[in-house]
Amino acid sequence: MSAVRASRRGPEARAAVFAALGDETRLALIGKLAAGQRQSISQLAGGSSLTRQAITKHLRVLEGAGVVHSARVGRESLYEFRPEPLRDIKAYLDRVSGQWYQALARLKSFVEK
Amino acid sequence: MSNVIEKRIELAAPLSRVWRALTDHREFGEWFRVNLDGPFVPGQVSRGNIAYPGYEHLKWEATVQKMEPERLFSFTWHPYAVDPNVDYRSEPTTLVEFRLEAKNGGTVLTVTESGFDAIPHGRRFEAFRMNERGWIEQMKNIERHVGRPG
Repeated sequence: MSAVRASRRGPEARAAVFAALGDETRLALIGKLAAGQRQSISQLAGGSSLTRQAITKHLRVLEGAGVVHSARVGRESLYEFRPEPLRDIKAYLDRVSGQWYQALARLKSFVEK
Repeated sequence: MSNVIEKRIELAAPLSRVWRALTDHREFGEWFRVNLDGPFVPGQVSRGNIAYPGYEHLKWEATVQKMEPERLFSFTWHPYAVDPNVDYRSEPTTLVEFRLEAKNGGTVLTVTESGFDAIPHGRRFEAFRMNERGWIEQMKNIERHVGRPG
């Protein structure tokens, strides 16, 4: 289901990505995973005061938004960062931002004429 | 990359002029390129048609939130993405705020658009403040990945 949501790239999927990123713990987890290596929950829990359960819960939110992907290797799940949804929301924000840029340029010539 | 879009622009026109261009629905329509059915009224839905060439078939719909003369004009809407293939009714709404400040006889206008995470605005702002440090610290890392080609 997470793959479907992430690949749809619709407004709801985008909102889920934004919401998933709006949490310090999850950002910290992404920060660790964005370094490139796949990591287990124990590795991700290292140096943090959070329990494995808490980390698992946050990873589920990230996975639901398509920002991380997990694969079972032997007895544990390894988590991996997926940059595509973040690229997608960055492109989206750039687009909205560009439209504002143009609209404000028109406002400027409108009030200054 | 942040969850809030913020634009700041200096306008060589007094507050009163900028305020009128923002809140008189005909003037707003001229620069924004939308034909609005009627005046902006706080708490009410503003409707009209996009007048941007090529996108005239699109509807404009926004709910006016605040009109504090020469200070703040805000509305919620479906984000400004003029893609004819998108069904805007399913988009989460965002909050657009125009803030005005006088400066040397002119006006500094700050526009923010927020709420892309579809979390109600009050909660979101609180969450964003709490997370700001986290965002700043992590964004470089993430940006590097996002910026990476293909």
